[in-house]
Amino acid sequence: MATNQHMTAEPIIELRQVHKSFGKEHVLRGLDLAVPKDSISVIIGRSGGGKSVLLKHVIGLMRPDQGEVIIDGHDIARMSERKMAPIRRKFGMLFQESALFDSMNVEDNVAFPLLEHTSKSRREILDIVTDKLAAVGLKDKGHKLPSELSGGMRKRVGLARALALDPKIVLFDEPTSGLDPVMAAAINELIVRTQSEFKATCVVISHDIPAAMSTGHKLFMLFDGRIIAQGTPDQIRDWDDEVVQQFIHGRAQGPIKVV
Amino acid sequence: MTQLLSSLGTVALNISRETGRVMLLLLEALGWLFRPPWRWRLFFKQMEFIGVNSVFVVALTSLFTGMVLALQTYYAFRMFSAETLVGATVALSMTRELGPVITALMVTGRAGSAIAAEIGTMRVTEQVDALSVMAINPVQYLVLPRIAAGVIMLPLLTALSDFIGVLGGYLVGVKMLGIHGGIFMNKIYEFVELSDIYNGLIKAACFGLILTLVGCYKGFYTRGGAEGVGRATTQAVVLSSVLILTFDYVLTALMM
Repeated sequence: MATNQHMTAEPIIELRQVHKSFGKEHVLRGLDLAVPKDSISVIIGRSGGGKSVLLKHVIGLMRPDQGEVIIDGHDIARMSERKMAPIRRKFGMLFQESALFDSMNVEDNVAFPLLEHTSKSRREILDIVTDKLAAVGLKDKGHKLPSELSGGMRKRVGLARALALDPKIVLFDEPTSGLDPVMAAAINELIVRTQSEFKATCVVISHDIPAAMSTGHKLFMLFDGRIIAQGTPDQIRDWDDEVVQQFIHGRAQGPIKVV
Repeated sequence: MTQLLSSLGTVALNISRETGRVMLLLLEALGWLFRPPWRWRLFFKQMEFIGVNSVFVVALTSLFTGMVLALQTYYAFRMFSAETLVGATVALSMTRELGPVITALMVTGRAGSAIAAEIGTMRVTEQVDALSVMAINPVQYLVLPRIAAGVIMLPLLTALSDFIGVLGGYLVGVKMLGIHGGIFMNKIYEFVELSDIYNGLIKAACFGLILTLVGCYKGFYTRGGAEGVGRATTQAVVLSSVLILTFDYVLTALMM
């Protein structure tokens, strides 16, 4: 899967020396990250280790205490909400619990960003919605409410909504957590297809190591508030570091302490 | 002693921090009042939810309040043969005081709690973040329509409450206790000024702002899952009720 072309591409997302604390907890400690364009980057790390915090910095839901967050050439670390709006439109995000609007049906959820940000007619929007739902295999579920769908279906609707505006960057927050293995595999396949068909940069947060190895072009390991290892799946597999080896092999004993 | 001082200081800091955050939320919402897009559909939906759907419960409580007021004042006024003033007393109490307060407390229980619960649930299920990610300002989308609807609907509900309260007083005073209907009404005309009514309506608008703003604020800063939503809802109702009664005194004193 991994090719050299992905390693040399210019970064579309770049974090430089990012620090973030919550009270006494220093979650990100001088984190550096450069995500290459048009590829799938997977950030692995322990639960509660700051992966979601990292992702929220990328999309400006959280601001760093120190450091820069550069998206497609713009530093958003201290940008006003209003200036950020056009940058946010380059993004699609699939939330951990899908975050569908439960007052709207599936179709309206996917149509929502289109209604808000385009001047397309009702007809055109409906066509796009049908397309996006077909792409995630939910063509005939448009009139269901989110509460009537299974977790995996909600994830796929969430992905259809994230893709509605043809974003350049798609973020996935734990896309397969809480799903059965078959559904998890289907979602992973969708991530790969999203990247290749929509020519998007995908950033995935996960602790599913086998899936990360098979779908990711580039892997980053977040530990102790920093990226301690990065490279192709093969490079990570052979990474000469006890922490990385313990994590990817899922061993209870080692330098990472279980508390 | 130092411990006492430090806990007092913590309380004071918490109060000022919360007040500051509420005010910032209000300012941001007000800022969006003058900037498109205006969300008429959401605004009308909230007017229906906060206003129209509260009509029944406000009417019912106001009716009984007017009735019991008439009953109580009748027994007191009879001691010095002032029964004919029952109507004026009921009308003055309703328009100046009870109409706005009862309406606000009922709407707090019905809609203020629901606002906190709805926005709180959206917060803990990341729907608020989803709005931000889709480049839609959540304050403009969620908070402003509710505050605007509250400020407009509460005076309308209060006008209804005033009317039904007086009607309740009339039913008890005239139909049950046998006060002369013409005198009952005449005394109302004689004693109730227009300012009594619109001062009450101004109060109601302020209460509408308080209960929607507090509901939105508590929902917006909800943390900690289902338990957090429950906490936010309770706090919204308690804080709104306390603020409504406090501001009732302050506004009355100011408008004297």
